[in-house]
Amino acid sequence: MRRFVIVAAAGALGLAGAALAERMSVQVQDGQVRATPSFLGAVTAKLPYGAAVEAQAEQNGWIPVRTEAGQQGWMHKASLSKKKIVMTAGGAGATGASSDELALAGKGFNSDVEAQFKKQNPSVNFAAVDRMAKIKIAPQEMQQFLTAGSVKPAGGAK
Amino acid sequence: MKFQISNFKFQMAGGLLLIGVLLAGCATVTKMTTGVLQATGTINQQQADSINRSAEAVEKTFKDITPEQEFYIGRSVAATLLTTYKPYENEAATHYLNVLGQTLALASDKPETFGGYHFIIMDTDEINAFAAPGGFVMVSRGLLRCCRNEDALAAVLAHEVGHVENQHGLKAIKGSRLTGALTILALEAGKNLGGQNLADVTKAFEGSITDITSSLVNKGYSSSLEYQADAAAVKILKRVGYNPAGLLDMLGQMKQRMPPGSAGFGKTHPDPQKRITEISAGLGDPAPLNEPAARQARFAAFLRSL
Repeated sequence: MRRFVIVAAAGALGLAGAALAERMSVQVQDGQVRATPSFLGAVTAKLPYGAAVEAQAEQNGWIPVRTEAGQQGWMHKASLSKKKIVMTAGGAGATGASSDELALAGKGFNSDVEAQFKKQNPSVNFAAVDRMAKIKIAPQEMQQFLTAGSVKPAGGAK
Repeated sequence: MKFQISNFKFQMAGGLLLIGVLLAGCATVTKMTTGVLQATGTINQQQADSINRSAEAVEKTFKDITPEQEFYIGRSVAATLLTTYKPYENEAATHYLNVLGQTLALASDKPETFGGYHFIIMDTDEINAFAAPGGFVMVSRGLLRCCRNEDALAAVLAHEVGHVENQHGLKAIKGSRLTGALTILALEAGKNLGGQNLADVTKAFEGSITDITSSLVNKGYSSSLEYQADAAAVKILKRVGYNPAGLLDMLGQMKQRMPPGSAGFGKTHPDPQKRITEISAGLGDPAPLNEPAARQARFAAFLRSL
């Protein structure tokens, strides 16, 4: 009986969660939707900066999302913003947005400004930064690294 | 450096611009401009309303900087620092540093940034490290040599990740620069910046880069921000499974190796002993460092390559 109550309550919460789905925007360059709520989870979809997703309630830092193409999966909360990211002028309007709810992509300090800065300071070492930015370690390699070095969290893996 | 000179010019020009904006009344100017943009179809009513509201809240802070802008600031800060501090070219060592660093970053409170976390070795004996906004982390050979084991190295990198996740670099930007730059941004919201606006925003950008690099190289952050980064490091180390005693071990080595009044951390960071005391207060009595052979061996190979 008690178990039934808990299951029923969880079901009700699930429904409430679905009803509370909110629109969020990808705020990183390479948005990754994963099959499971973990950085080791397989990447099932890649989303560009500014892409909108339908988001459910966060669970331990991970947010269940549905993409505009209908794909479902998990994204880390750090990769999503509640702000609507407006990509182009005159595009889909912000719905009664305040400054806290609206961000303009590619505005302000952007690649044009960097190019100007570079032109004015030609000796600055952007080549090193470009090389640095290319170094991306796959989660599987990280996992192997931790295993090989016997690095384990005391409380078990999260 | 050239940009510092042009930055000085900006401080004058930017000051005049700011005074102009203040005299005109920022929100009024914005409303006029958004009206024009709206009339020309560049932005719609809702976007215009939003921009007007944001301009009315003139209290601009680093929080108004988007992750994308943080990324561009970080790139230029890193590029500027790597002009003075040349990268140490060693692919294997750089790869090892990134495997460890990016693994630690995933366990931070901000595992993803706009462009991700990246790590590089600076070819200098000076004991130093910099975390540029957005996740560009630079560590000197001198600081790496203060690490006697992988747990200590993990502590160094986790401390820098702590600076990134708490946006300490952005906090070093003078508020007046953001008021100027973000006001232009609000005014020019609907179109690409061109001509004078691009020049003005670029000057504000240069000023921001100078603020951050001078904090990182000369002034350092306040002690409380360093202790915050140490606390973040301890949290990250525990989550991944490294022994936070590595941080204490590294600080002990730093204390021995750092000549008094030296450049780098000697100038910009609290005394290692003070950091040890502060960390120990929250840590209690950590288990002794006892690394398995495979971990010791790969770290030893890394250290030999420096």
